[in-house]
Amino acid sequence: MNPFSYVPATDTSSAVALAAGGAKYLAGGTNLVDLMRQGIETPRELVDITRLPLADIEEQPGGGLRIGALVRNTRVATDERIRDRYPVLAQAILNGASPQLRNRATVGGNLMQRTRCGYFYDRHSACGKRDPGAGCAALDGFNRTHAILGTSESCVSVHPSDMCVALAALDAVVNIAGRDPVPLVDFHRLPGDTPHVETMLAPGELVTSIDLPPAQPGRSVYLKVRDRASYAFALVSVAAVVRMEAGRATRVRIALGGVAAKPWRAYEAEELLTGTSLDDELIHQAAGQALAGSRQRAHNAHNAFKAELARRLIRRALQGVRS
Amino acid sequence: MSSIQLRLSVNGREHELELDSRVSLLDCLREHLGLTGTKKGCDQGACGACTVLLDGERVNSCLVLAAQCADAEVTTIEGLASSEAGRAMQKAFVRNDGLQCGYCTPGQVCSAVAMLAEYEAEVPSAVGEAGLTDAEIRERLAGNLCRCGAYNGILAAVREVAR
Repeated sequence: MNPFSYVPATDTSSAVALAAGGAKYLAGGTNLVDLMRQGIETPRELVDITRLPLADIEEQPGGGLRIGALVRNTRVATDERIRDRYPVLAQAILNGASPQLRNRATVGGNLMQRTRCGYFYDRHSACGKRDPGAGCAALDGFNRTHAILGTSESCVSVHPSDMCVALAALDAVVNIAGRDPVPLVDFHRLPGDTPHVETMLAPGELVTSIDLPPAQPGRSVYLKVRDRASYAFALVSVAAVVRMEAGRATRVRIALGGVAAKPWRAYEAEELLTGTSLDDELIHQAAGQALAGSRQRAHNAHNAFKAELARRLIRRALQGVRS
Repeated sequence: MSSIQLRLSVNGREHELELDSRVSLLDCLREHLGLTGTKKGCDQGACGACTVLLDGERVNSCLVLAAQCADAEVTTIEGLASSEAGRAMQKAFVRNDGLQCGYCTPGQVCSAVAMLAEYEAEVPSAVGEAGLTDAEIRERLAGNLCRCGAYNGILAAVREVAR
C-alpha cells in the first residue's frame, strides 16, 4: 500500500474541499482498503467521512425515504420501514456480501463499488479501467462472470452491487453535494471507450444520500443466482417490482444485475408487460425482449450461458410477483 | 510515512498508539499489541478469519484501517475467552468437532457470538426463516470460510449454544 495521510472529516464542506484537492473519500473501506492493498487505488490522502452527519434514514414529505450515504448496509436491511415498504431493497442487500461486510459497508460505498473483474485486480493484465486505452484482457480471457449487455471492445466488466439492482427497480434518486439529484439508473456509466469513467460524478464529488420515492402498492422480489449458496457475487440477479390492479399490471419495473457495468433496467420488457395480466406467454416474450440486445463474442464467450440464465430468472421473478 | 495517533480500547484495556496510517486493525492487533489470536487468512475480506467485534459488531479487521478505530472498543478472541458467551461457544466448538486445523476458529467463534447477538437484535438474513434453523445459522455464518470443511461441526456447536 502506498503511503497516505489520513484526515478525519468533521463537516461535509471541508471533506469536499479536501477531495477537490485530490483526496479520496474513505467510508466503510470494504472495497477501497482492499484496492489500495492491491495497488489498484493509490490515493495520497484519505478523508474519512464516516463521522459526517449522513447516517440517518428519514421520512420524506411526499411519503418516500431518504437513506444517508453513510448508513451501514445492515442497518438499511434491518430498518422496519425499509422491510415493510421496500422489501426488495432489504432482500437485495441481505443477498450481498457477508454479515461482517454488511456491518461495515455503507450505502454510498456500495454505490461506488468498483468491479470485481479479475483482470482489473491483476496489475499484470491489460485493463482500460486501470490504464485508460490499455484494452481488455477479459475479452480473450476467462470471462465467465463478465457482462453480456452494454459491453464494448474496451471493457466487459460488471457492476458487483446487489443493492443497486433493487434501487434501479425502485426508481431511486442519488443526491450529490452541490448539484442536482441524479436518477440511479443514470448514475453508473457504460464503458464505451472510457471504461475508467464509471459514474457521472466529477472527481471529488460526494454522494450524500439516496431517495426512495413513495412505495407503490404491489409485490416485489429479488432473485440471485451465484456459484455458491451464499457470500458470492451474482452471476445474474433480477429485481422485479410490480403493481397489480384488478388483475392487470399497471406498473412494472425489472432490473438485472451481473450482466452489465451498471444495474440494467429492461425498459422494453417492462413496456410489453404493462397493462397485461402477466400471463406465461407474455412473460416469456418479455424475458426474451430483455436479453435481445445481449452480445457474446463469436469466440471465447465463457459467459454465453448468462443470457438464458437471465431469461429464466426474469420469468421466475415475474411469475412470483403476479399473483 | 505518515503516522497517526489514536486511543484504542481492546478487550477492556486502553492503548495509546502511534502507527503508520496504512496499518489495518488486524495488523495493529497482531503486530503492535501482540494479540495473535486474530488470524490473517486472505487479507482481502473474503475468508472471515480476521473477524473481531468493533463496538460490538463483527467486522473483517483486515479491511478496517486502525486509524478509523479512534476511541473504539475492540473485542478479540482473547477478550471473548474470558466472557461467558465466548467460553460457552469455545467449549461447544470443542465438544462438536467444530474445527480441524483451527486456523479459522477464532474468527468463527467471534462471528458466531456476534451472530447470536444480531439474531437477538432482530437483524434479518436472506434466508428469512422463523427461528434459528440450520439454514439460518449457515447463512448467518457464511462470512467465515473453513478450508478443512468443519462446517457440520460448527453448525452443531452453534446450534447447541443457541438452544
